[in-house]
Parts: sequence; structure tokens; C-alpha cells
Amino acid sequence: MKIELAQVSRWYGNVVAVNDVTMTIGPGVTGLLGPNGAGKSTLLHMMAGFLAPSGGTVTLDGQNVWKNHHIYRNIGLVPEREGVYGFLTGWQFVLSAAKLHGLPDPAQAAHKALATVEMEAPKDRRVETYSKGMRQRVKVAAALVHDPDVLLLDEPFNGMDPRQRMHLMDLIRAMGAAGKTILFSSHILEEVERVAQQIEVVVAGRHAASGNFREIRRLMTDRPHLFKIRSSDDRRLAAALLLDDSTGGVTLGPDGLEVQASELRRFARLLPRVARAEGVHLQQVSPADEDLESVFSYLITRST
Amino acid sequence: MNTVVAGITYRALLGRRRIILLLLLPLALIGLAVLLRVIGSDDQRSAVLLMEKFAIGTMLPLLGLIAGTGVIAPEIDDGTIIHLLSKPISRPAITRTKFLVAASLLALFAAVPTYVAVWLLVGNEDGLAPGFALGALVAGIAYAAVFLLLGIVTRHAVTIGITYALVWESLVGGFVPGAQQFSIQRWALTVADQLSDSPFLTTRVTFGFAVPALVVVTVGAVLWAGHRLRGFALTGDE
Repeated sequence: MKIELAQVSRWYGNVVAVNDVTMTIGPGVTGLLGPNGAGKSTLLHMMAGFLAPSGGTVTLDGQNVWKNHHIYRNIGLVPEREGVYGFLTGWQFVLSAAKLHGLPDPAQAAHKALATVEMEAPKDRRVETYSKGMRQRVKVAAALVHDPDVLLLDEPFNGMDPRQRMHLMDLIRAMGAAGKTILFSSHILEEVERVAQQIEVVVAGRHAASGNFREIRRLMTDRPHLFKIRSSDDRRLAAALLLDDSTGGVTLGPDGLEVQASELRRFARLLPRVARAEGVHLQQVSPADEDLESVFSYLITRST
Repeated sequence: MNTVVAGITYRALLGRRRIILLLLLPLALIGLAVLLRVIGSDDQRSAVLLMEKFAIGTMLPLLGLIAGTGVIAPEIDDGTIIHLLSKPISRPAITRTKFLVAASLLALFAAVPTYVAVWLLVGNEDGLAPGFALGALVAGIAYAAVFLLLGIVTRHAVTIGITYALVWESLVGGFVPGAQQFSIQRWALTVADQLSDSPFLTTRVTFGFAVPALVVVTVGAVLWAGHRLRGFALTGDE
């Protein structure tokens, strides 16, 4: 099944949370990547029929999603907020989901879903006694109980320990390989890279980039990089570096050099060569903008 | 009526200590009735006064508020409502179920204790006990609907509900005769009066107005609540 967003915008008063986004989510695993506050949850809520777009349309195989409870036959939703009745046991919670879906054999479906997320052992404990990772898995079980074609997960790996995370990643990959349409949001590139074939990058409410993880990686490494360099002779090194095209600019300060490298690979080869030729000792070379925020801000300036 | 939705709602409302909240007021009502009986004031005048001031005037709107908002507002607050809303069940159907749960709780915790309290004071004299019980029942159902709607429309349902019940119905209704026409409590008393021949019970709203008003308010509030839940939107943390 396909989720299609056509020129979707959402604003709250004067604040634009999602700005003119057009994308199609098809079978396989898609990662919705973006920094916190980029509008990922807003997009996901609109895809799940829990928020009306202020403009544009969201459809599931051509059917409008908003105010249409029939879509939930095909959609499983794992919300970010807890959203689990603490007074129910894990079993009762998943079983209630199966019954609400009107499945012919709710008990069998609930057993299967709990087994899928490896939650059979603690299933008779109340949800309020669960750890965050266990609650997350019970939510996933409840979302899977009717074997939906589309699974939407909002920051599913938050609060999970590494083993649980690996397990959920395997599960998502397997479902994607089985032809289900899976979308999950995350602000961690490595997470998205490991699971998703397709990555949609959202920054400041805009659809900043789209592609497989190699394309997104390339976008992120081919951008200009900023390095902080300290050496035995900053001025001499600066002059020598500037002679090469891969150096975009150099700032000489009391704490050393700030070098803008316009081509990362070439600059990486250039720097040690130049230092050796000039007889300058490098004391420190550190990337100044490796955090994801600056990668995102680069993507957003590029896309405008 | 969806039994799974109803089951979860009953458990959320009656589970553990919350049931105490629903039990306190009816127990106080019966306690007062016993007290009046012990001190020898078990006459129709005291019974009607206790019903007007406490059972219908205080207990009923407060229980209506607890049950009516309680069947949905906490779930909206903590996000658990998504579990119900992300299923192929129409939202008006979920609303109707929630309403029936609230109404049944009011029948149990308001109408039955009302009957018991009046019966303790005057037995079956002049049909006072069934009259007030029926009045409490229909008004309880109307309150359930109104407060359910309020719980969906606003996050400040409890504040607004208390203001409505205590300020509008009790205070304004006491001074402004016109306001009494639009008071669920007054309609309850009119219904009670219809079944009772007691000279101590007087009403200011006609039966011909009270009954359609109760029906319109109840049905209207449930329909509107369903409509509002259809447009329920999650606002993210962003």
C-alpha cells in the first residue's frame, strides 16, 4: 500500500510545522529523519489520520485518511507517547486491540503478536510494571495484531536498550522485506541507516532530501566541512592550504585556524601533504560542525 | 455499544481507589438520611429539602462530572485514547459507548442511593422515593452526556463543569427565574414532581418543557461529542 502526501502543510496559528511536503511512502522500510522539532511527528500524525492537514491531501491508496476510521484496518500505529493503559496486563492490552479490530480469533492473534516482540513471558504483568522498552514492545504488538499492510512508528527506538533495539530493527527489516509499508521517524542518522532502504529528511517542516542511505550519506559528506586546526605554525599552514582549490577559506585566530573545506576527500589528502612539505607539525585537527544539526542546516540551505 | 471499549472504560473508572470518589457522595447522602431519621426529622419536608439541596443540587452534578468527564478526559490527557481511536470503529460509536458507561454509573451511584435515602425518611409516602429516583436518573443521564461532551471539547472540563453546576444551576438559578428554565436540576425536580403527590415538592418548570429539554440536551450532547471526537487531533510535542 502507498501513503501519498501531496503539498501537505500544517500550521498552528502563526507557526508552520510542516511546509508544502510532497512524498510517497511505498512498500519497504522508510525512515523519516530530522532533528527534534522538524515536524516529523506532525507528518506522522497526519499520515495516521490524527491530524488534519491545513493544506494539501494525505491519502492511503487513494483514500483520504482524515476522518476515515476504515483506514485502521490497514494501518498499525505505534505512537511516541506511552498511550498504554497501565492497569491492563500486556496480554489484556494486546487482546483488546485484537478484539477492537474484530478479528475472528483474537486470542490467537494476540499470542502471535506478543511472540513476535518476545513479550510472552511478562504478558500477565500489568503494563505499569513494565520498563519503557517493554511498553514500547507491547505497543508494537498491539499495532501488529491485525497484521496491517502499513505500520507507522513514531521514534520507536527511544528508551530501548541495545538488545531490544536490535530486535525491533530486525523485526522492522523483516516486515519491510515481506512487502509491508513501514515508516518510522528518528533523529538519529545511524538508526535510520541501519533499517531503512529509503530515507526522507525533514528539516524545519520542509522535505529537505530524499534517497537511499548512500545518497543521503553522500549529501552529508559532500557538503563543506569546517575544521579547527592547531599547528606549530598556523600562519604558514594557512598560506599553503589556501593555494589549493579544496580550501574554501581560512580564519586565523588566537586559538588556531578555522578552515572551510569545500571538498572533504581532497582536503583530507591535502592537509597532511601540505603540512609535511612545509615542515609544520599538526597538533590538533577536529571537525567543528559534525553534529547532525549542522548537517541538517546545510541540507535546508541547499534545498531552498 | 462496544463491549471492549466499555470494559476498558469501566476498569479505568472503577479500578482501585477511583471507586471511592464515586462512593463518597452517595454514602454521605444515605448517612444524612439516617441521621435525620435518628433525630426524628423523618418527614416529607426534610426529605424534599435533602433531595433538593443535596441529592439533586450537589451530589448529582458532582457525580455527573466525575463519571461524565471520567470516561474520556483522562484518556485524552495521557494519550491512551489513541488505542481506541486507531481502530476501525467509528468514533461516534466509541462516544456512545462511553456515554452509556457514564449513564449506567450514574444510575447506580446516584439514582439508587437517592431512592434509598428517600425511602429511609418517608418510606413509600406520596411516591416521593420513586419520583426523586427517576428525576435523579434522567438528570444523571443528561449530566453524563453534557460532561462527556465537555471532556472532549476542553481540557478544563472539570473547572467549567463545577462552575456550571454550582454557579449557574445553584446560584444564578436561585436568583434569576429565567435561568431555572435551563437547569438540569430543575428538570429533575419536575420529573420527580410528576410521580409524587407530596405537597412539599413544588416546581417552576412545566413537565411539558422539562422532558423535551432533557431529551434534546442528552441526544444533542452525545451527537456533538461524537462529531468532535471524529475530528480529534493529536497535537505533538513539537
